[in-house]
Amino acid sequence: MIIQSLDPRISRAKLDDQSSEGFLNEHEHFETFEVFQQVKRGTHHQHVGSVHAPNPEMAILFAKEQYCRRGKAVNLWVVKTSDVFVTEYEDADIFETSEDKKYRDPETYKVMDRINAYKSRLNP
Amino acid sequence: MMEFTDKHVLALKELLYKMADDQLILGHRNSEWTGLGPMLEEDIAFSSMAQDKIGQSLALYELLHELGESEPDTVAFTRNDNQFHCSQFVELPIGAYDFSLVRHFFFDHAEAIRFEMLADTVFEPLAMIARKFKGEIKYHTMHADIFMKKLAEGGPESYGLIQQAINDNFGLALGMFEPGDYEPELIEAGIFGGENTLQTRWLAKVVPLLESFGYIVPKVENSEPALGGRKGFHTPHLQPLLDEMTEVFSIDPGADW
Repeated sequence: MIIQSLDPRISRAKLDDQSSEGFLNEHEHFETFEVFQQVKRGTHHQHVGSVHAPNPEMAILFAKEQYCRRGKAVNLWVVKTSDVFVTEYEDADIFETSEDKKYRDPETYKVMDRINAYKSRLNP
Repeated sequence: MMEFTDKHVLALKELLYKMADDQLILGHRNSEWTGLGPMLEEDIAFSSMAQDKIGQSLALYELLHELGESEPDTVAFTRNDNQFHCSQFVELPIGAYDFSLVRHFFFDHAEAIRFEMLADTVFEPLAMIARKFKGEIKYHTMHADIFMKKLAEGGPESYGLIQQAINDNFGLALGMFEPGDYEPELIEAGIFGGENTLQTRWLAKVVPLLESFGYIVPKVENSEPALGGRKGFHTPHLQPLLDEMTEVFSIDPGADW
């Protein structure tokens, strides 16, 4: 049966429900690339998502439209997903005590009195 | 800058109409791939470029409006095929993806060079538009080039399909450079360098590029340019496109959106 649609473009394509047009077998997909976007020169590139592509050049081409179509950008990086070395979730306990180490945050240092003392020495 | 005569204004309008109509019609044609593209990422990229084309045509229709023509919506949605100045090349159906890709390659390189030539036109509002869309069009030619190169390397099947599409598209594409009625006026006033110069520069760009990817480009002297579009003579494919494009607008032309 030919698929009828209100969209004339779909009807023109004369797709039938038995069609294997566009059907992909396993491993026929392109590999994925991770996309990093820089919004302003000098700032960090930030991970924004991934794209399927046959090579890095085309990954950049697609990433530009997927991720920079509406927002500001000055630079893109793409990296093969398979080249990203990752930690295992079963090792997530290595991060567990990080939150408790408040002494590593500058906010826990009491220095304001010393800064004020220094300022008053500069401008007595 | 020399004083514009009535003839110069007519020449300028003719130039703007053919550019805007090419963009509107090709933008509409290419948007027919939305949802049907070969892969999700490319579907989005190709649709986005089609939208860009329609946006560019709006900027030119607005410029025409400032020169005394009707509102952009009126111009875009209420003319019949014989009032359109697009080349026949852009109105042909999308065909298979190879045809659409090669048309995109040929058209966008011509457009990039046309805008490059217009970046220093004496008509400053048009120069501003040319500069504004420079980056957008650069992405379009980058997209086209990378695809043509990759498909040449992709094996005999993809190479063969693109080579055939180049053979099919080449003569049609030459129709883009059909001279208008006011070429000498455009050139002498410094508005635009003319269709002949554009064609020469286009050939100097696309022929070596395609050859560097390994394709064989037909000879101009053996090709039949698809002429007539600039003068309102169109293929039977344009009117149905316009009917479809204006279907919603025609239900209530006075509606506020």
